[in-house]
Amino acid sequence: MNSKGIVVFRKKRTTNAFRCISKSTVCSILASYALDLLFSTSIYLYLCFNPLQFNLQYLHQITITYGGRHTVTLIPGDGIGPELLNHVREVFRFSCVPVDFEVVHVNSALESEDDINNAITAIRRNGVALKGNIETKHTMPPSVKSRNNLLRTSLDLFANVMHCQSLPGVQTRHKNIDIMIIRENTEGEYSSLEHESVSGVVESLKIITRNNSLRIAEYAFNLAKEQGRRRVTAVHKANIMKLGDGLFLQCCREVASGYPDITFDSMIVDNTTMQLVSRPEQFDVMVMPNLYGNVVSNVCAGLVGGPGLVPGANYGRDYAVFETATRNTGKSIAERNIANPTAMLLASCMMLDHLKLNDYASLIRNAVLTTMNENRLHTPDIGGQGTTSEVVQSVMKIIQSKGQLTAEL
Amino acid sequence: MPMTMAAALRGSLVTLVKGLGGPRWQQLASRQFSVSAGLCGPDGPPTRADATFNVTMIPGDGVGPELMTAVKDVFKAGDVPVEFEEFHLSEVQNMASEDKLEQVLTSMKNNKVAMKGKIHTPMEFKGELASYEMKLRRKLDLFANVVHVNSLPGYSTRHNNLDLVIIREQTEGEYSALEHESVTGVIECLKIITRKKSRRIAKFAFDYATKKGRNKVTAVHKANIMKLGDGLFLQSCAEVAELYPKIKYDSIIIDNCCMQLVQNPYQFDVLVMPNLYGNIIDNLAAGLVGGAGVVPGESYSAEYAVFETGARHPFAQAVGRNIANPTAMLLSAANMLRHLNLEFHSHMVSDAVKRVIKQGKVRTRDLRGYSTTGDFVRTGDLGGYATSDEFTRAVIANLDV
Repeated sequence: MNSKGIVVFRKKRTTNAFRCISKSTVCSILASYALDLLFSTSIYLYLCFNPLQFNLQYLHQITITYGGRHTVTLIPGDGIGPELLNHVREVFRFSCVPVDFEVVHVNSALESEDDINNAITAIRRNGVALKGNIETKHTMPPSVKSRNNLLRTSLDLFANVMHCQSLPGVQTRHKNIDIMIIRENTEGEYSSLEHESVSGVVESLKIITRNNSLRIAEYAFNLAKEQGRRRVTAVHKANIMKLGDGLFLQCCREVASGYPDITFDSMIVDNTTMQLVSRPEQFDVMVMPNLYGNVVSNVCAGLVGGPGLVPGANYGRDYAVFETATRNTGKSIAERNIANPTAMLLASCMMLDHLKLNDYASLIRNAVLTTMNENRLHTPDIGGQGTTSEVVQSVMKIIQSKGQLTAEL
Repeated sequence: MPMTMAAALRGSLVTLVKGLGGPRWQQLASRQFSVSAGLCGPDGPPTRADATFNVTMIPGDGVGPELMTAVKDVFKAGDVPVEFEEFHLSEVQNMASEDKLEQVLTSMKNNKVAMKGKIHTPMEFKGELASYEMKLRRKLDLFANVVHVNSLPGYSTRHNNLDLVIIREQTEGEYSALEHESVTGVIECLKIITRKKSRRIAKFAFDYATKKGRNKVTAVHKANIMKLGDGLFLQSCAEVAELYPKIKYDSIIIDNCCMQLVQNPYQFDVLVMPNLYGNIIDNLAAGLVGGAGVVPGESYSAEYAVFETGARHPFAQAVGRNIANPTAMLLSAANMLRHLNLEFHSHMVSDAVKRVIKQGKVRTRDLRGYSTTGDFVRTGDLGGYATSDEFTRAVIANLDV
């Protein structure tokens, strides 16, 4: 593992602290040293317990298609995950998509981490996964980490990307929303580092590192450039967390200087949420640390019609995992054939794009959007009466009518 | 039901009938809604503009063209939505040229999938070391050859219920076509083993095992003698195996492997090996279940898939005698249909072939029968008297359309 990385980071962190010192009082010098010490230990722990790629990194260079067919890990998860993913498989089979699934079940009721480690190894093998959300039970002992989080950090899936776009066929309060949200996915508040320093006093560590902040900012600007976007907004709370979020903001600024064509601005998270519900059209691309990303993505998904509509993707250097944007388990509507399959189907289209199967992706995506916008076949979550399977049926019929090769229905 | 309606719903009904008749009822249950929606829909499924798959076909030499005719006949009878683009590439009949090879490659680039007979390679040296067979493999980078050796119920051999998979690297190793005469009378042949290709084939083997739900992968080597070359291959396999904790990994030396295969072949599951060993083991294992006429094979690159017989022989002495066994090629065609997502048609073809073999009435000579290739009445290679034509006709009669 990169012990060098830690050293480099420590140095940078210290210089950063010194920069603050020149402006501040003796008191804050001590505070920043204390903080630094805390940071260094916590990061050391973080890196120690983070089972990053060991010596198997060559594998991503090896082609993972055989005869043009891909293998993708499928993690059904809990709640509505299994049924939605069955529909995806059905649509893929019907559309003759050259993708085979390796199904890996993760039992959320077990305390042992065997299942999730098994799933992670499967993703390391195949490179790509499509997943439903795995339930995190709060009744479990605190040592049991969120499986979803474990998966993202182990595979170093640092960028969570969701694209919130208004669908003309779905009634919402706001029209013409087109926002891309890029969320740092591996550190921040989700470090799983909490302890009781004195009885009754709990400290939760939020970790912001320069490397990861630069990496996510670079990713956001690069994506903005690729997609022809004009503006990137960094969301933060640097007025309160001057060092942590300050570092994040500073990294975004540094990266922004390399992209003169793209306007960069920043906004404090509380204001952002207010602006989002009052005037969401003003946003273009947004980049933010982990927890704010969680909040903002849920707000945005709500604006365009709810959790059933928006797909999400998690990208790392070597691996990519696709799921619904807001990662809901949907226990209450599981197995009732009323869950909205749109988000999962669109997520599968994002996956096909990632696999460079763009024709299949646009075929399925267009069919889904036609069902939503023109046929207006809606499930109850967006005010319709349709069932999940009716929507999927309609999607398959549209695919068939496009003259594409299809297997038997 | 009105005729037009019936025609429009053929697809759904076929699934329904087939599903109720066979083991596919479980699948049917899981997508009941699709069938019912197809039946109850106001106007049936819409017509499709283009519903055929194009596949490149290289019949090759010897009995290849006869076997391909069998495949085409069966596909026609089964109404399989596949169209073949045929290319006659042959070194022995002066039908091979760079031009022709280019044509084949262009066709492959469009179709991605091919069916192929064996292109015979003359033994004598005429200035070119690499055969067309090898050129094709290299140009398409068909690195993985898979032969699934599966006993056919109804035809008993010394070892029954055999089920093992042989995966062979086929772009490097002894087939490098690098030979030279360093001093007069001294020839050096180079065997090339690279880490990259060894890892690639090892990963292919483990991925295949994962996909097909198999438990064990065995690497076959001769690292006790070729410590560096085969050692590298072995090491690469061991490294890749770390990523597949659920699949057992072990290794065996090639000579021992051959002996074990004829004594107790049941101990093996998936075997992975470099080029030449693969060639030998493919043939040996095919011999265990009935010979070259019954074992299908396939070759994969990242992009392309080529379906062929497991043991690749032109069988030139059988040309025109109507005695070749089309089983291997038909099963290979069924595998191709599965690769194209035509699951139903694939089952239809392979079930028909297996049914004919199981009934045992029509056998070609290799299966101790008397039928012709066209009739699947036990063609000669399985010890029968049927001609190949008879065999094919029997398969067609057994198609469950």
